[in-house]
Amino acid sequence: MGFTRRHLMAASAASLAVPYVARAASRDPILIGEVNSYAAFPTFTMPYRNAMVMAVEEINSKGGVSGRPLKLITKDDGANPQDAIRAATELVRSDRVNVLAGGFLSNVGLALSSFAKHSNTLYVASEALANELTWQDGNANTFRLTPSIYMLVAMMIDDAAKLPATKWATVAPNYSYGTSAVKTFQKLLKAKRPDVTFVAEQWPTLDQINASATVAALAAAEPDGIFNATFASDLVAFVRQGNTTGLFKNRSVVSLLTGEPEYLDSLGSDTPDGWIVTGYPSAAYTAPGNEAFVTMYKNHFKDDPDWGAVIGYTLIHSIAAGVGRSKGLSLAELEQGFAGVTFPTPFGQCQYRAIDHQSTLGAFVGKLAKKGGKGTMVDFRYVDGASVLPPDSVVEKLRPKS
Amino acid sequence: MILFQILTALGTASSLFLVAAGLTVIFGVTRVVNFAHGSLYMLGAYVGWVVLSHLPQTIFGFTLGCLVTAAIIGVLGVLIEICILRRLYRVPELYQLLATFGVVLIAGNVVQLLWGTRVVTLPRAAWMQATISVSGHPFPVYSVVMMVVGPLVLLALWLLFSRTRWGALVRAATEDREMVGALGIRQNILFTTVFGLGAALAGLSGALSLPQVAATSQMALSAVSDAFVIVVIGGLGSVTGAFLASVLIAVLQTFGAIIIPQYVMVAVFSVMAVVLVLRPNGLLGRAGKGGRAMGDLPKLVEGATKLVIGLGVIAFIAAALVPAFDTGYVLSIMQDALIAMLFAASLHFVMGPGGMPSFGHAAWFGIGAYGAALSASSWNLPMSESIVFGVVTASILAALVGSFMIRLSGIYLAMLTFAFAQVIWALATQMTGFTGGDNGILNLWPDGVFASPTAFYALVLALCAGGVLVLRRVLFSPFGFALRATRDASARAAASGIPVGPVRHVAFTISGGFAALSGGLFAFAKGSVFPTYINVSHSIDALIIVLLGGIQTMAAPVVGALVYTGLRDYLQAATTIWPMLLGIAIIVIVSLFPQGIGGAAEHWWARLGSRAKSKGG
Repeated sequence: MGFTRRHLMAASAASLAVPYVARAASRDPILIGEVNSYAAFPTFTMPYRNAMVMAVEEINSKGGVSGRPLKLITKDDGANPQDAIRAATELVRSDRVNVLAGGFLSNVGLALSSFAKHSNTLYVASEALANELTWQDGNANTFRLTPSIYMLVAMMIDDAAKLPATKWATVAPNYSYGTSAVKTFQKLLKAKRPDVTFVAEQWPTLDQINASATVAALAAAEPDGIFNATFASDLVAFVRQGNTTGLFKNRSVVSLLTGEPEYLDSLGSDTPDGWIVTGYPSAAYTAPGNEAFVTMYKNHFKDDPDWGAVIGYTLIHSIAAGVGRSKGLSLAELEQGFAGVTFPTPFGQCQYRAIDHQSTLGAFVGKLAKKGGKGTMVDFRYVDGASVLPPDSVVEKLRPKS
Repeated sequence: MILFQILTALGTASSLFLVAAGLTVIFGVTRVVNFAHGSLYMLGAYVGWVVLSHLPQTIFGFTLGCLVTAAIIGVLGVLIEICILRRLYRVPELYQLLATFGVVLIAGNVVQLLWGTRVVTLPRAAWMQATISVSGHPFPVYSVVMMVVGPLVLLALWLLFSRTRWGALVRAATEDREMVGALGIRQNILFTTVFGLGAALAGLSGALSLPQVAATSQMALSAVSDAFVIVVIGGLGSVTGAFLASVLIAVLQTFGAIIIPQYVMVAVFSVMAVVLVLRPNGLLGRAGKGGRAMGDLPKLVEGATKLVIGLGVIAFIAAALVPAFDTGYVLSIMQDALIAMLFAASLHFVMGPGGMPSFGHAAWFGIGAYGAALSASSWNLPMSESIVFGVVTASILAALVGSFMIRLSGIYLAMLTFAFAQVIWALATQMTGFTGGDNGILNLWPDGVFASPTAFYALVLALCAGGVLVLRRVLFSPFGFALRATRDASARAAASGIPVGPVRHVAFTISGGFAALSGGLFAFAKGSVFPTYINVSHSIDALIIVLLGGIQTMAAPVVGALVYTGLRDYLQAATTIWPMLLGIAIIVIVSLFPQGIGGAAEHWWARLGSRAKSKGG
């Protein structure tokens, strides 16, 4: 495990040391309270926290934000919204944090967003993917960093539409993320290709896929294309059974999230060739911004960064930029500061849009390939989040009037 | 193509059976509901991964590796039995479940620490990827292997139990423990070996799963819940029944995936509920004799002593004074503890004095929460009315469902409540248009006079403390005594004119209503409602609270809620290895206080009293 108590101490030591150098108006640290599923989903959250600590150190060593150091407090959400709200209550009421952040699970993100509104706090969702977070259930207090399900699907849709396949089947875990991904894919693909039909849907239970049943049912429908949204252990079981029985032979597959190192690593030598995926090629992407980020992360933690690390690192930088642009730390001032702020990411500048508080951070679309018994992304390109978001008139209709 | 699906189902059935077999063997003999069975399966997968990585990738190497893994996990099972469970055979059987739940928490955490955070996959040798042609489609050879291994294990178990001396002794011990003991057979060794065998089967199935699935630290809970379903449908303790049930579930999953892909899970739990309603002991289970070694009958609980009343009054005053000192975090923590207390008290009501254990009590909590949330969000009912709506809905449903529930007892009743809760959970997750699915229902905060945190806290304090007192009062009423009579001696109760069924039915309904009240309050305390309120772990939380407090102690829910929620919140905030520490704490508490904390306190108090008396005399 890369993260240790020592890192946290180092971070707070740095945050204590800086003000004496900076001698700003106020030496009090700016508190970021972060809530996430550290015990339940460490695959994502450990590199994520590592990168957050790294970013806090980096910013504090350069003098902090408006002369004030950042201080990060993280709490476990027990992978459920009710514990997340308890943790957030402690952060807001007892630790008096200035900004609330975090959320890997969509329902945790939505619960924190509702709590933020109720407690007059600014909340920056990090990895919660639900479209509703910035649209149907969006509120003024909530910003979101990661690209939403809609955005991720939209990034791949041109590639999917170019495929010859006309008969499609879908497979996705049976909860909101999966249904939302499938619905979005069906709608966007139909819009580009009115000639396609959807011949089967499979909805395995999250973390409990019965891969033989799922694959047999998909094969029975004889599709030309398959859209997959399963991930983690379900993905491994699905791919293994599919490879063995030849499900993917002569079929096009479009697959959500599979190119993220967190999930791709577990496929190993089973990695199927040619799937169109979203993800993050990590060290293989050699643009200068990403190269610097990869080097920095490697120096700290002796490992290539995952997508979680990108999100953790960028989250802290986006909060620093937002706070830096705010006139003060009241909710209204922070909201004004964050809406429309641009912030640095390993892939260039991004922005929290004023219209729906969604960031324009994008992701990578590419193809899967096997190299030395491991899965990688090839032929990838970075897709700017801004380029796949619907026009403002549509977004305005999606957000609740308040 | 039908043939293909049938073979697919049979392959799946074998995998399911292998996990369930160990669980049913252990239960059949020791009456231990081994919640850690899924964890042993998970450890089998991880240990198997390590072992198999060091062996040649041949069929021989794989077979050897699986057997070695089974042996290692078998030894681990023996250790768990000797170190933890052996001390607990004399206490109510639910405490053994609690101890094994502690093992679940520890095992999950240990796996994370040892093997890191990623899913672990075994590279597949060529033979594992080979296929044969079935009606023109490639069918995995490995599924064929599994199809053979399942029935082989069934045969081996049958031979072991029916053709060996050890098997005869085990069967004798299953029939009548005391008699076997009286004949000079050491039950301890029988139980230890049986537990080792069950664990070895779990380890074997874990290792055998590696060519098909990845090992993750989350696989334990889903494996054990699958295994429970199969064991209960098949009949607890029946290995053949478990095999039949595995085939049934596998067929349902395979054909369900084609016909009703989105509702497979609902179908599985519905089938389980139907089987239990029609055949309360499962397909091949025999009627339980209820003859568990419980020691003495629980003593008739007496009214609170002055000391307890005094402590209660002090605690209430302290709780009422909280807002004067802190209206922020402490207030919200207290609020959570009060709601947990009422929820646990409602479970204690049916489980302790009512003698009707429930593994799915969160269903009523959830119905109360969703009833309140849906009526508030779709009809704009004010908070108080929407909470009432939730309570009424839950009470009506509890009255309806209760007529099926009260006919069962013991572990079968617990499993029927579990199945019911799973169906409710699945509906809450899947009826997206109605319930919002996993994304829940948001923005329900207290309104009107209760809008301020202090006012809402006062309401929660009044309703929760009041609710606990009402439940307590009912238990000391003639109805409460009648309820306890139906638990301790239902035949005598019936003979003395107590309508056993209706009494249990009313108790079940009251309990559901109060659980719903706690759910409704929780919805507004958290400002939102999610399916997680209904899932297994929330039911388990309530169970742990009651058991920690002491199932036969009236103060159980109060003591248990304070200890458990306090401990968990503290650990969760303090460290990332909180699951392991919590697990250790649970096992230590269960070992030290097998009557629960409240029970132990009562016991000490009584001894102190008698000592004082003897000194005085």
